[in-house]
Amino acid sequence: MNNVMEALTWLFTADAWTGSGGLWVRAMEHLGYTLLALGISAAVALPLGLLIGHTGRGRGAAVLATGAARALPTLGLLTLVALFTGIGLTAPMAALVILAAPSVLAGAYAGIESVNPATVDAARAQGMNGWQVLTLVEIPLGLPLILSGLRLAALQVIATATLAAYVGAGGLGRPLFLGLQTYDYPTMLGASIVVILLAILVDAVFGLGQRVLRRLPGLAGPQRAPRAERRRTARRAVTTGH
Amino acid sequence: MIEFRQVGKTYPDGTTAVEEFSLTVPSHSTAVLLGSSGCGKTTLLRMVNRMVEPSTGSVLIDEEDISGVEPVALRRRIGYVMQHSGLLPHRRVIDNIATVPRLNGASRADARKRGYELMEIVGLDAKLGLRYPGQLSGGQQQRVGVARGLASDPNILLMDEPFGAVDPLVRVELQRELARVQEELKKTIIFVTHDIDEALTLGDQIVVLKTGGAVAASGTPAELLANRQDEFVSRFLGLDSGARSLSAEKTDDGELLISDAQGRPLGVVHDQDRGPARDSQVHPQDQAR
Repeated sequence: MNNVMEALTWLFTADAWTGSGGLWVRAMEHLGYTLLALGISAAVALPLGLLIGHTGRGRGAAVLATGAARALPTLGLLTLVALFTGIGLTAPMAALVILAAPSVLAGAYAGIESVNPATVDAARAQGMNGWQVLTLVEIPLGLPLILSGLRLAALQVIATATLAAYVGAGGLGRPLFLGLQTYDYPTMLGASIVVILLAILVDAVFGLGQRVLRRLPGLAGPQRAPRAERRRTARRAVTTGH
Repeated sequence: MIEFRQVGKTYPDGTTAVEEFSLTVPSHSTAVLLGSSGCGKTTLLRMVNRMVEPSTGSVLIDEEDISGVEPVALRRRIGYVMQHSGLLPHRRVIDNIATVPRLNGASRADARKRGYELMEIVGLDAKLGLRYPGQLSGGQQQRVGVARGLASDPNILLMDEPFGAVDPLVRVELQRELARVQEELKKTIIFVTHDIDEALTLGDQIVVLKTGGAVAASGTPAELLANRQDEFVSRFLGLDSGARSLSAEKTDDGELLISDAQGRPLGVVHDQDRGPARDSQVHPQDQAR
């Protein structure tokens, strides 16, 4: 309990946040790593996932590959890559991308697969080509699940990006590992709390995005009539006893 | 004119949907493919816009074999209306109708203008244009589907049980509207249904299909009802059970009261010559049911 109080006290001092090695700089580094890893994963896994969902081919291979990638211990992977690339950002970035890619990939193909086949069939029958079906129908309608995949990946990366400091890069892992090595538990705990806050913040941003999506009439699950009409229907139902 | 020349469809897993089918649909007429589920009628319909490729035989539109026409271009000049409307749920009604004009390169404004014209043709209130499909009733959605099918002013309209999922009252209304629209626009329509009444209402030509796309009978509605040769056809049309036989009874005013096989009164025929009353086939207690 003492450590927790000390950690909180430390977090509320200006010293902890300022300076080149302060929490503010570290948090921004951490966020930067997260966005970079997420961006690279998305660049690789999104097109692949969309392709798998659109064509329905390679799904089995994707399930196997994502399962295998998820089973890889990130710390082991990080150490392994670092043996070849040396210390710096390359190794943690590789590890984080491999951590994030399965979620992004699964979200992408699950999103496309979730679109009603009859809607896709109708779009083709109207004369949309494959690209138009994908961009005008499948991606917009699959967006909620595609976004879920990115959200999950973002959380995993934020939590794991502390490992970057293990091979000499920055981020919130720096104060955390420093605290670990010097038995400075309040610092360690304080850094962890910042990681948690960052995770909650990013999750909230994604949550907000998904909420906005759900409010779009076409993407909402069960379809709803505009409010005025809903009320009218309800009143009619009451008076006619339906 | 649409021509099926001995088309057949066998899927890779060995199932045969259609064995050998030939039919000519003259321009500006409505042909109804009538049959129970699994008879291959939807497969036949989808061959016309190359959503299904025939394994044997060929489909011709105005004497041109469509296997040489690029499918996407072909589909954009053929209207397609399906069951459950198949509208894009994330797009407004007006943009759904404008889909094909937009694909054909019309500007958004022009396409929407065309969309509103069509809403009027199919009897939809223009203020529904900015709603989303999920905010409309089933019947309204089907009207939107028909409007979308007509948007690029195609010569051909393919309709796959378009009114199958709406309640009977709305269905009758939609059939009447379609007949009216067809009176005006004179499209070549192929209409797939399992509803005999719908077939009799809309078809210039009706083709009754058995399993595998085998033609059990074909002809005008009148020819079909007069034809009692084929047992399958009689059964399918409900001629054998007497469901379609009517009976007449003279009323006191000298009019003919027409009742159906269940004794349900359907209407009266005003009798001109006021001849002697014939034997009644309908008893008052039957009518009361």
